[in-house]
Formats: sequence, C-alpha cells, structure tokens
Amino acid sequence: MSEQIPPTLAQAGAVPPDPDHPSALQRGRRDGGGAGAGSDTRSGLPGLLRGGAGRNVGLVIALLVLCAVGFATAGEQFASVDNVMTILRYGAVIGVLSIGMTFVITGGGIDLSVGSVLGLASVWATTLATQTMAQDTHWVVMIFTALAVGTVCGLVNGVLIAYGNVVAFIATLAMMVGARGLAEVIANRQTQIVQVQPFLDAFRADILGVSVLVWIFAVVAVAGWVLLNRTTFGRRTLAVGGNPEAARLAGIRVRRHTMYLYTLAGLTAGIAAVMMLARTTAGSSTHGQGYELDAIAAVVIGGTLLAGGRGTIVGTVFGVLIFSTLTNVFTQNNLSISAQAVAKGVIIVIAVLLQQRFAARARSA
Amino acid sequence: MSGIVKHFPGARALDGVDLEIRPGEVHCLLGQNGAGKSTLIKVLAGAHRPDAGSITWRGEPLALAVPVQALRAGIATMYQELDVVDGLTVAENIYLGHELASGGFTQRRAARAEARRLLERLGHGEISPDREVGRLSAAGKQIVSMARALSHDARLIIMDEPSAVLDSEEVANLFRVVRELTAAGVAIIYISHRLEEIRQVGHRITVLKDGRTVASGLPATTPTADLIRLMTGREVEHSFPARPAARPEAPELLRVEGLGVRGVFADVSFTVRAGQVVGLAGLVGSGRSEILETVYGARRSTSGTVAVAGEVLRPGSVDASVRAGVGLAPEERKSQGLLLDEPVYRNITLSTFARFASSGFLDERAERTAAVEQIAALDLRPADPDRSARTLSGGNQQKAMLARWLVHGCRVLLLDEPTRGVDVGARAEIYGLVRALAAQGTAVVMVSSEIDEVLGLADDVLVISEGRVVHTGPADGIDEHGVLDLVMEGSAA
Repeated sequence: MSEQIPPTLAQAGAVPPDPDHPSALQRGRRDGGGAGAGSDTRSGLPGLLRGGAGRNVGLVIALLVLCAVGFATAGEQFASVDNVMTILRYGAVIGVLSIGMTFVITGGGIDLSVGSVLGLASVWATTLATQTMAQDTHWVVMIFTALAVGTVCGLVNGVLIAYGNVVAFIATLAMMVGARGLAEVIANRQTQIVQVQPFLDAFRADILGVSVLVWIFAVVAVAGWVLLNRTTFGRRTLAVGGNPEAARLAGIRVRRHTMYLYTLAGLTAGIAAVMMLARTTAGSSTHGQGYELDAIAAVVIGGTLLAGGRGTIVGTVFGVLIFSTLTNVFTQNNLSISAQAVAKGVIIVIAVLLQQRFAARARSA
Repeated sequence: MSGIVKHFPGARALDGVDLEIRPGEVHCLLGQNGAGKSTLIKVLAGAHRPDAGSITWRGEPLALAVPVQALRAGIATMYQELDVVDGLTVAENIYLGHELASGGFTQRRAARAEARRLLERLGHGEISPDREVGRLSAAGKQIVSMARALSHDARLIIMDEPSAVLDSEEVANLFRVVRELTAAGVAIIYISHRLEEIRQVGHRITVLKDGRTVASGLPATTPTADLIRLMTGREVEHSFPARPAARPEAPELLRVEGLGVRGVFADVSFTVRAGQVVGLAGLVGSGRSEILETVYGARRSTSGTVAVAGEVLRPGSVDASVRAGVGLAPEERKSQGLLLDEPVYRNITLSTFARFASSGFLDERAERTAAVEQIAALDLRPADPDRSARTLSGGNQQKAMLARWLVHGCRVLLLDEPTRGVDVGARAEIYGLVRALAAQGTAVVMVSSEIDEVLGLADDVLVISEGRVVHTGPADGIDEHGVLDLVMEGSAA
C-alpha cells in the first residue's frame, strides 16, 4: 500500500479560480444578494459585439471580401448600379424563401419542399383558368392563387409533421416530389406565359429606383425580423426549437406551433412564386428547382442553428446576399454553372466552420 | 499495485486535485455541484485531457488521450447520464466498442452468454440479453451500464451517482455487487450526494471544493457535520423547515379523484388544500412521477378527474392545466424544464411571456422586470437575467423553475424530485422556498426518491406502490421504516 500524497497547492495557486464559476454557496458569501446587478452587461459596444452584431461581423467581412473580389476582377461593371440591382433582384426570390426557412429551422425543423411548392404555385397561378379569371376580375386573383397554393402545401406539411408524427425530412421530401409532379401534370410540362399585363406592370416596376421584387424581400425580411424577435410567435419558435419537451411542459402548444411554422414556410413559397412569375414572366413546373437547398444554405451560413433554438433573420439576409453576390461575381467572370456549384459547396463548408468558431467564442465569452 | 496520483492545476474546473486509490477500496468523492467531480472522472476516463498533472497507474505513468486507453488500462466509468444506446440489445450494449468478434464478424452467441453471466453476477438474471435497452427502466439501464464496466475486466470502476435512479432495494443490490468487486481487489470511485450511502459502502472519502482537494483519505466514519463543513466551508444544517400548524379551514385547491392511466397506475385520489404540501413516496417505477405528470396533463388519463379549485381540467392538456394555475417543475430539469442556451429571464417567463405582450408584440422590459423580481426574491445566483441557463448550478436551475411558476402565480405547484442534482447547501434553500410558497397559499405536491425528504417536507404523505396508493396520512405519523414496510408489502401483494 502506498502512502497518501499531500496536495500540491503550490501548483494549484498558479491560476486563480474563475470568478464566473464559483459554487452557488461560495458566491453567496461573496456578494450577499446583489439582485439585478449585471443586468445591463449587454449594453455598450462590447456587449453589442458579443451579441447579435458580433455574430454578423464575420458575415459582413465575407460580403466585403466578395465585393472586393468582384471589383478587382470585373471593375466598374461589377460596381455599377445596374449590377447591384441585378444581385438584389436575383437574391430576392431565394431571400423570401429563406425567411420562411429561418423560422422552420429555428423551430427545430427542415422544409425541403419550398422550391417545389414555389413551382406548383407558379403553375397554378398561371393556368388558363386562373389567368382568364384574373383578366375578367382583377390580377390580384393570381396572387391569391399562388399564396393559397403555397399556404395549403405548407399546412399539409405542418399537419403531417405536427399531428401525424411524420419526420419533417420525410414529410417535406414527399411534398417536394409530389408538388413538383403535380406542377408537371397541371402545366403538362409547358411554360405558361403570363398574359395579364397589369400583373407584370405592377411587379416589374421600380420604386425609388429599386425593383418591386427587392422591396418585397425587404418587407418580408423586416416583418420576419419583427415576428421572430419581438412577438410571442417568435418566442414560441425559439422555445419549440430549443427544447420541445420543456416548451410543452411550460404550457406551449408545441404541435400547433410546429404546424404554423410550416404553414408560414408555405406562405413564403407562395410569395416567392409571385415574384418568380414577375421575374420570368411565366409559370413553369421547373421554377424553384434546387431553391430549397440554396435557402437552407443561406439560413445556415447566416448563423441559424440547424438544430433549432437559435435563429437570426439578419444573418439569413446576409447569407442570401453573400450567395447572390457570389453567383454574380462568377457570372461576371464567365465561370460555368458547374464551377459555380463547386465553389458554392466549398463556401458553405467554410462558412459553417467559421460560424462554429464564432459561436464557440461567443459562448465562452 | 500502487495508487493513482494526479494533480493538474491550470484547468479551470480542476485546480490541483490529488487523489490516491488503493486496490479493493471504495473511495468516495464528495463535493458540491461544480466542485469538479465530473471533470475529474472524465479525466480518469480519458474523455478530458488534463492541462497539467500526472496519473500514475499501478506504479507507472499513464497518459490518457482517448477513452479507449482508459478502458484498456482497466479503468471503466459509469456516467451519471446513462450512456447506453437505446436501439441496441442488452448484450450489444454491454459489448459496445469491444464486441466479441472473430475476423470482423460479431460472435453474437458468445456475447449473449457472457452478457447473461454478467447480469446474473449483478443479481439481475431476469434481464434478457436480447432485450432492447430502450425498453428497460432507468434502473435496468444502470444495470446494463454496470455490466459493461464489468465486461471490461476493470481494475478501477468509476461510478458517478449510480444510485440516483435506483430505489432502495436496487441500491442494496448495487452495494452487494460493489462489495463483491472490492473483495476481488477492484477499486471503486463512488460519487454520491447521499451521505448515508457513503457511510454504508465507502472506505475512504476525498472532498473536492472549487476544483481542489480540500481533504483526502478521510475515513468513512467522518461525522456529517465535518464533511458538510469541508464541502461548503460553512456549517449547513441539513434540516427541514418547521411545519406550520395544519389549516383544515383552508380552501381545497386540488382534488384528484380515481385518477388512472391504464397499465401504469390506478385509482389515485387525494386532495390538497391551500398552504398544504403533499408528498408522494414510493420506489422508482412505482408510478409516482407518472401520477404527477398525469395530474399536470402531460399524460392523458384513462380514468378519473383532476379538479383545480373545483373546476375539472381537460385531460391530457398541459396548456389547460397551466391556464388553470397548475405548474410543474419536472424531474429532468435540463431536458424537460429549461432552454439551456436561452437567458435565465426567458426561462423564467417561458410559461408567461404572452402576458407581457399586447396583440402578439412582446414588452421585453416588463418581462425582464418580472423575472428580475423573482431572481431577487429567490436569491437566484448569479443574479444576472441574461446569463444562459446552462451556466447555472443545479440548485439555481431549480430556483429558475420555481421562479417561472411564481411569475405565473400558480395555485397548484407540482414538484418532481425537487432536489435531484442539487447540492446539500442549496437543498435547504429549496426546502425553505417550497414552505414559503405553501405559506403564501400555494398547494404543493412533491415526489422524491428520498423518503426522508418527503417525510421531512410534506404535511401529508401518500405511499405509492405498484401504481396504487397504499397509505395516506400525515407525514409525522409515519417514519422511513414504516414507508418502506408499506412499499414492500405492496410489492409482495
């Protein structure tokens, strides 16, 4: 049997105990009840940096670097007002989808169907019947149709996932395949040109020199930000995504809220469909193909946790801007679509790795 | 064989810990939550690498970079969070990571036979090696976890709160196995908050505080008061607040009548008046927690009713219960109660944030103010509403749960294992809070595995055995032995 070894406290003294992690009782002796103290630690610039803005610094840097590359390689052509508008117009459609996706992912889910639902809504809104009705009554009919189709598809997803206990990945995968198929059936694989001129006039206009599509994205993004950060709906989303069991036991109706989230994503797919009709002047069953992945990538690059419980609309907007700028820079430099896809893949991985770094630092701060 | 010496200053959680284990001894680690016990055992298990210090194992220096090295050296760990894979069978779990195999093919027959032998050695021959682990109770999973440790032929087994999910009979069985192992020369590091267990099974005690060893190699007979003083640095009376005189005239707030869930429990009836604390005592698996969850609506009852202040609640609807003024502090705070990465104030207002909103728009200032008030009232520390819930100690997390229902102003409070994972010092505070809440007119129902806690805190006690109430009466009319007697009788019937 060996002897007991005395503690070596000389070494132990090298690092003082972390003041942030004393035991409850020790803390009790130290600051006998300073309630409310430290409640304002978030104010001021350092606090701001550690909070939401800090997480976005990396995104701003990435965007600036991209712009610098664009300017260096394409010069005046890249920096022109026209080109900036092109970037924004391109980003607007995926941007609207991404806002809805931010909610679904923050709520702990995933929606693979938004691209297909966009396609279906664009087709449904441009069928001969719908367009005839629109011409007879008002072009708003087309918008309503697209929004209704999107919302109903989202509702179906939501009901299946929340009440049917179907895994979100599977339910929305089924919707992704099914909605695309239905769109093909309805359109008979034909492109349906928008004949309702007032509709096109309304959406292809500029306000203050900025395309209506970009304005729509801006409005949706602002509304999304308010909804996520300032309302009970947003708070429920965070709770349901962060810990559904805790949310349920706190009295939140988790199923119902989950259903709402997918319905919201469907609605944004409907809005995106209207924008797509305006941009391409046609409805097509191929609209929105692969957009769900771009939207998910934009959301994740933006810093929303794929596991749920934490979401950022500002981050998503940056994610969308980064993506569309990237595409634009490539196009300006005449890179092929395939090369762009490879680059996108690489950038997603780099972005997510950087995000994890930032998140880890934010947590330890 | 010489012992283990380790000291590693520099790490934040551990700041110079020395520990020496002799073969064949049960060495108990004591310390409050956050004292560094878990980190220490993770270092020993090879899950964390120490920043400094050394480990000597059987006279030779041992470097542990990955868990498998510890296992190969003969150090097996049973973690507090059960580390079994639900989808696999008992035998597969026992041999997880070191499957019996030849040429890459698993030898299932041999694994099953070995697993059966190990389970029998643990006194649980009734668990089939082919059973899916997900279907076992928490206690069953614990057994599987222990069988896995044995399967490594370990010379040192680390048990992190092995008794937390066990009832007293199973604890006795655990101790029997521990004694057998030590008789065979196996050393055991035993971590528990329950001092009486340490007295029963331990040989020597090491006390940790703030990541340092404050006392090492104490005999297991060291008086409780001394141990608590070492752990906390001050005297703590581990006693329950005085019970106020019964108030039979107080209004009845909760009435449970003939409540049952088919196959789980049946015919549970009791009432709780304002200011009264009713405790449910019983073994793990007796249906205690399930009764509480059903009262709350988290499970759907198949018979009977729950009424709050005379109004019958819709069964199986948590939000109806919450609206009627019922609150639950669940057993698993981390997985069932808290949003760990959200700030404390949002955890406190999780059930009530909608109140701080007009037409859906939150008034976060009012919300925070309400939370901060409760943080001060409950002396929740650190008193920072923006800190994430994850960083709080167990006791303060429990306070956050209580604060949630205080903001809510609930009339009926259900507490499931209110002091699980709460260190000795904070327990007394929780007890005081529960009493204070009752004094303000809340009706409290509590469930605890620790019978003395139920008897010490509650006014009335219901003893539950196998899903039935076998005794109802005042807490001072029955003692721990009486409860155990009833429970055993109920089990035998």
